[in-house]
Amino acid sequence: MKVEQISIFLENKAGRLADVTRVIAEAGINIRALSLADTSDFGILRLIVTDIEKAKAALKENGFTVGRTTVVAAEVPDQPGGLHSILDLLSSNGINVEYMYAFVQQSAKEAILIFRFDRTDQAIEVLLKNGIKIIPGEKIYNI
Amino acid sequence: MIYDVDLETLPREELEALQLKRLKSVCERVYANVPFYRRSFDELGVSPADIRSLKDVSKLPFTKKQDLRDNYPYGMFAVPAENVVRIHASSGTTGKATVVGYTQRDVDNWATLMARCFMCAGATRKDLVHNAYGYGLFTGGLGAHYGAERLGATTIPVSGGATKRQVQLLRDFGATVICSTPSYFLFLLETAEQEGIDFKSLPLRVGIFGAEPWSDEMRREIEERANIKATNVYGLSEVMGPGVSMECLEAQKGMHIFEDHFLPEIIDPETGETLPPGETGELVLTTLTKEAIPLIRYRTRDITSLDYTPCRCGRTHVRMSRIKGRSDDMLIIRGVNVFPSQIESILLETPGLSPHYQIIVNREGNLDVLEVQVEVQEEMHLDEIKRLQSLERNLQKTIKEFLGVTAKIKLVEHQTIERSQGKAKRVVDLRGK
Repeated sequence: MKVEQISIFLENKAGRLADVTRVIAEAGINIRALSLADTSDFGILRLIVTDIEKAKAALKENGFTVGRTTVVAAEVPDQPGGLHSILDLLSSNGINVEYMYAFVQQSAKEAILIFRFDRTDQAIEVLLKNGIKIIPGEKIYNI
Repeated sequence: MIYDVDLETLPREELEALQLKRLKSVCERVYANVPFYRRSFDELGVSPADIRSLKDVSKLPFTKKQDLRDNYPYGMFAVPAENVVRIHASSGTTGKATVVGYTQRDVDNWATLMARCFMCAGATRKDLVHNAYGYGLFTGGLGAHYGAERLGATTIPVSGGATKRQVQLLRDFGATVICSTPSYFLFLLETAEQEGIDFKSLPLRVGIFGAEPWSDEMRREIEERANIKATNVYGLSEVMGPGVSMECLEAQKGMHIFEDHFLPEIIDPETGETLPPGETGELVLTTLTKEAIPLIRYRTRDITSLDYTPCRCGRTHVRMSRIKGRSDDMLIIRGVNVFPSQIESILLETPGLSPHYQIIVNREGNLDVLEVQVEVQEEMHLDEIKRLQSLERNLQKTIKEFLGVTAKIKLVEHQTIERSQGKAKRVVDLRGK
């Protein structure tokens, strides 16, 4: 039910993001989804990739500071109110979203939301109970 | 275990009698043979005959590093050039190098004192010593080398550099004792981890670390990560090299100054006045046995305190506390005195940070700005900005609370702070002179 995500600590320096994408590209790894959070000094690049182990190894070998976290991918209809309904549900159940990002699949029928929760297992339970479709990691890596 | 049982456990009265006898003799020698000392004794109106008790040492003139530079290269020598068997030069951590010479007896004494150090760390002739101090003009390499040989241990003269190879040698040769700077040992550890070599599984048992200030927190980190005992050795090339004082394994609390060879004092670095035992100030050393370059009241610029209480190891020689900093490493940030080692202690007590850091001091307008760059560790939860930001804020708060200065904290990527092969460069002062 969970999705593995890698996060990379990046100093705010010109070309640093390109250094990451080069390493990933050279390792023959495809990026499924990404988000970048930043402050004035550093940023954190979060990636969901086709092969997490290989990506992590390649990045570490190239001197990057790499971490790994568990996130949840939920699917909602790609229509007005789609995101709202799910956030509403979570907040009424007292679950906090640490951060999230989203992408739309090719078909444009569904949007995929990637969540990092403070209480992951409880969040999954609430989502499932309310009929929200959760996409397993395997499926995301291989979209 | 004690190498020179008789001398190292001499009752204080006898030790002081020996010191006084030697102090008188060294004063006579320098007054007769070193024009610099004859001048500075005369200027203060003091003669060797005025030394009647150990307390009288405070009548003598100080020697500063600048005096060695001014007398470059051989002006401070008290023996004819043909009696000098070896020359070393200081590593020049601060400014121009200074030259020191040794007679055969000096070199012998040095080896004996280093052998005492090894035994303080629990080493015996059965040990294998991996010596990663730099060989050459720097006193660290040869100092530790001859000490280990004098002890009868198997000595492996690796010197600094070629870090990957060192890690392999540590594994293949099975060294039980290592000598290096603490920062270089951390670099070795890190390299070993990358090479898939676990220091904990090696026969390595104890490290003799020195040549740069370090902290108790770094000691704990080293001891835990490598599963060894980390001991502290002290010395400076002007006075001899490593082996002036050494921590005993029994107490690991302060370094015994080998008082039969060195007479220590603590002074107020500002006024030059002698401070009572236990107070923190600048360490001043008078060499009691050195022949080639005897030094009278040499100002080490190292900040420490002396502890004359008995030690459980049985040695009677006074213990000096871990060097808090060098009086000239001391940074003055907006009027506040800051030692890099204080910042190090705080960093190492903060989970998620590595022991690799650098302190950058700059001036913006008329204001000093202090930036602390430190590497984040991979185990840290890296995906949440707010967590990293709160780490920065907490660190800033702790530094402010303990040191009274506001530091900008900059988290940097793993392995971006330069790894030293010898002495770590902890401070970059961009303020200009």
